[in-house]
Amino acid sequence: MDAKVVIAKRVAQLLNDGNVVNLGIGLPTIVANHIPEGMDITFHSENGFLGLGPVPQEGSEDWELVNAGGMPSSIVPGGMYFDSATSFSIIRGGHVDATVLGAMEVDEKGNLANWKIPGKMVPGMGGAMDLVVGAKTVIISMIHTQKGKPKILKQCTLPLTAKEQVDIIVTEMALIRVTKDGLVLEEIGPGVTVEDVVAATEANLIISPNLKRFGTEYLN
Amino acid sequence: MILLINKIISIKEATDMVKDGMTVMVGGFLANGTPENIIDALVEKNVKNLTLICNDTGFPDKGVGKMVVNKQFKKMIVSHVGTNPETAAQMNSGETEVVLTPQGTLAEQVRCGGNGLGGFYTPTGVGTEAAEGKEHKVMDGREYILETALKADVALIRASVADKKGNLKFNKTMRNFNPIMATAAALVIVEADRIVEIGEIEPEHVMCSGIFVDYIVGGDK
Repeated sequence: MDAKVVIAKRVAQLLNDGNVVNLGIGLPTIVANHIPEGMDITFHSENGFLGLGPVPQEGSEDWELVNAGGMPSSIVPGGMYFDSATSFSIIRGGHVDATVLGAMEVDEKGNLANWKIPGKMVPGMGGAMDLVVGAKTVIISMIHTQKGKPKILKQCTLPLTAKEQVDIIVTEMALIRVTKDGLVLEEIGPGVTVEDVVAATEANLIISPNLKRFGTEYLN
Repeated sequence: MILLINKIISIKEATDMVKDGMTVMVGGFLANGTPENIIDALVEKNVKNLTLICNDTGFPDKGVGKMVVNKQFKKMIVSHVGTNPETAAQMNSGETEVVLTPQGTLAEQVRCGGNGLGGFYTPTGVGTEAAEGKEHKVMDGREYILETALKADVALIRASVADKKGNLKFNKTMRNFNPIMATAAALVIVEADRIVEIGEIEPEHVMCSGIFVDYIVGGDK
């Protein structure tokens, strides 16, 4: 199974019924397709609405209704539109339960870098800096390494998006929780060993005594 | 009898008011809700050395991005430039100064500008480059930075419906920065998809009051 789907399924199971959730562009967006049956999640879109629905079918796009990536979207019954100031009042005000974002680097202290590679790529932070300080739970969803190089580091080298705000990191190889003692490896992904995860991670990992495996059910 | 001020003008009259060196707010989010016809007319007019305040720099062929390609900005205060390679090129060559600002901070700076507030303390950006050189303050155990208000000489915004008083309605996600920018500029010009008689927009459905709007263009959709 596609590594991204493995990650999205695990992240979806971290959410709770009734949560307000903001999903970043790219991999995090896939999480919406894997919300467990019967769970009521309200998706927030920072360009200005609550109740983000599925991507419209080709041919029925409405360009007056786009998501935070500027692509045609939909709104579910019970949703609401608002202006950008209100959108970020919702975010900074602590009314978003969880945000799921990608990362270039994450470190042992829960620092996050995902907006700039000096001299190479400077897309800008968009709403990411607000989301990571405002959301109650910050979940990073990403492929574990970048071209074989670790992205989970002892200390971030790129300019930070936020200081000490990450709570959980989910990759195709692991579920790691950021604690005051450091990074705790709580779960390993399908088909990998603890040694594989440690080898692909630069940061020190504390192996949970209750280590579990996730994703095996997806392999059947 | 009350004489009604006529707010409806031509695109030419609107763009004549935008002069070299002005600070310009442009509504829209990745060109969704941007006044495209005014942008096109400003590209043609070729007004220069502007300072832009906008969520992003659009796309090379869409939204405010068309003015970026035409090199009309000496400075841009935006949250995202990733969809327009021309912005990065001008930033790297030093032709344009780009102030990257967290989106929520940018929205609140504009809101404060239109709400008589000098600024605000936000936790966004603490411990990052966005906090460099800014006043830090700890309140109730949490660290904040001071961000100051933004105002502009002119705001160019887009509405789905305007009545002749300038009361506005925005369809779906086209609201974004438009109503807050309408409060924060000395001169506010709205490009409306449709212009209707006063009273046709129910008071409950007015999303931006006509008191903020100076001029209306368009109405031909």
